[in-house]
Amino acid sequence: MITPSESPEAAYRAALEAGRFQVQRCADCSAFAFPPRVVCPTCGSGALEWRASAGIGAVHSCTVVNRRAEAGGPYNVVLVDLEEGVRLMSHVVGFGAQEVPLDLRVRAQIAPEDPRLTFRAEDAE
Amino acid sequence: MSGLRGNCAIAGVATFGIGETPGFDAMEAQAIAAAMALEDAGIDKSRVDGLFGAMQSEFLNTLAFSEYFGIAPTFSSNNRIGGSSFLAHVQEAMAAIEAGLCSVALITYGSVQRSLMGKLQTAVSAAWTRHETDYGPRFPVSSYALMARRHMHEFGTTREHLAHVAVSARKWAQLNPEAFARGPLSVGDVVTARSVSSPFGTLDCCLVTDGSGALVIARADIARDLKRPPVYVLGAGVAHRAKHVLGMESLTTTTAVESAARACAMARVDVADIQMLQVYDAFTINTILLLEDLGFVEKGAGGPFVAEGRIAPGGELPVNTNGGGLSCCHPGMYGLFTLIEGVRQLRGEAGERQVPGLDVALCHGVGGAFSSNATCILGTEATL
Repeated sequence: MITPSESPEAAYRAALEAGRFQVQRCADCSAFAFPPRVVCPTCGSGALEWRASAGIGAVHSCTVVNRRAEAGGPYNVVLVDLEEGVRLMSHVVGFGAQEVPLDLRVRAQIAPEDPRLTFRAEDAE
Repeated sequence: MSGLRGNCAIAGVATFGIGETPGFDAMEAQAIAAAMALEDAGIDKSRVDGLFGAMQSEFLNTLAFSEYFGIAPTFSSNNRIGGSSFLAHVQEAMAAIEAGLCSVALITYGSVQRSLMGKLQTAVSAAWTRHETDYGPRFPVSSYALMARRHMHEFGTTREHLAHVAVSARKWAQLNPEAFARGPLSVGDVVTARSVSSPFGTLDCCLVTDGSGALVIARADIARDLKRPPVYVLGAGVAHRAKHVLGMESLTTTTAVESAARACAMARVDVADIQMLQVYDAFTINTILLLEDLGFVEKGAGGPFVAEGRIAPGGELPVNTNGGGLSCCHPGMYGLFTLIEGVRQLRGEAGERQVPGLDVALCHGVGGAFSSNATCILGTEATL
C-alpha cells in the first residue's frame, strides 16, 4: 500500500481553487478514478497520479430542479461523461430553466464567479 | 447457497399507523407493530432470539428496540442499505437461522415523519457527497430523475408511460382500505402536476406518510406449528455497487438484475413462475426499471407494458397491490411493506384486492438512489 501523503479530496479541491481541474489515473491499470480515492477502485492499487483534464465530455443525463423565482428560478443538474471515462455531476451554464440536450458536447470551466467546476456547450462562445 | 430455500418462513406480519400516526413517536409505533406481528403469529416475545431493523430516526435501532421491547437477542443486525434493508434482513435471517445463531426473529420498522415534520426524513452525509450536493440536486428525487431522463432518451419512454405507473398504483390503492391516497387520478393529472425535478412532477413521487410495520420470521419447523399459514422464503438476494447516482455504471440497468438472479437461483424459480410483484416504487421510473431488471419485460419495454394496463387491477401481472409507495404509504424506508403485502396476498387475506390462485410472489426493495437492491421470493406451502 502506498500511503498517500495528503487527502486526495483536499488535493482535488485545492487544485480546483487554484484554477486547475485534475483527475486521478492509476499508474498500474491506467484506469481513471473520480471522485478522488486513496486506492484505485478498478484494481486496488494505491498508485494514483493526478492528471490535468481538458474537461471535454458529453452530457449523459439532465434534470431541471424546480425552484421559486425569488430564490433564483429553476436550474439544471447534469451528469457529464468525460473523455477520460469518468462521470461527474455538474451544471451547464447558459440554459436557464431549459433542459440541456443529452449527448451534447461540453467543456469544463472554472468561472471566477463560481468556485465549482461547471460546463458550457463546446461550441458556445 | 440454494440449501437455504424454504429454511424459514414468515409467521406473522403487522402494520400500524399507515398514513398518519398522530401523537405517537416512531419507537412506540414500531413496538405496537412488533407486538401485533407476534400476536398474528401466535408466539410469545420470550421466544424471539433474533432482531433486525432499520429506521431513519434511530441510528442504533436494534439496540434501542431491544431495550424498549424487552428482548435480548442472540443475533442482531442493524444493517442499513436504505429502504431495501428489510429484504436484506430476510437474507441475513435465513443465514443466521441456518447457522443456528437464532430461530425466531423480528424485523421491525417505525416512522412518524409526516406527523413530525411533514417531509421525507433522510440522512445525507460525508464530504464525498459534495461532488453531488454542490450542484443542488434534490435528494433523492433528482437522482431518480436523471435515471428517468436517460431511460427516455435511450428507449423512447414517455412522460405518459411514467404517469401510467402512478395511475396503476392508485387503482390498486382504491381497493385497499389501508391506503393513504385513494382519490381519482388520471394520466393528465400526473403529467400536468407541478414539476419537482424534471421529468418528475409531484405525482411521480412517493407519498410522505407515517407508517410502521413488523414481521416474524422463524425456522420452518417452528413456523409450521404457529397460528397462521407459513409463507416460506424461497430465495433472497442482495446487490450494491455505488451509493451515488454519479457512481452508477449504468443509469438504465440497475443491480436489481444481480439481486434477482441470486434470489431466483436460490429459489429455483423462473421469472415465468412468479405471479405477483411488490416493488419499492419511490418514483414512477422505479416500477419500469424493475419490470425490466427483474426480467419480466425486455429492457426498454417497461413503459409500454405499464401503459397497456398490464400491472393494474385486471392486468396479467399484479404489481403493488396495496398501492405501493406512490399511493399506499411511504414513511421513508418502504421496503418492509413489500414483504408484508406479499405475505397478506399469499395467505389470501387481501380482501377486495386479493389476487386469486397465488403461490409465488416476488418482493423487491431499493435503497438510496437505486444504490442497493434486495429481492425476496416468497411462496406458499405448495411451493416447497
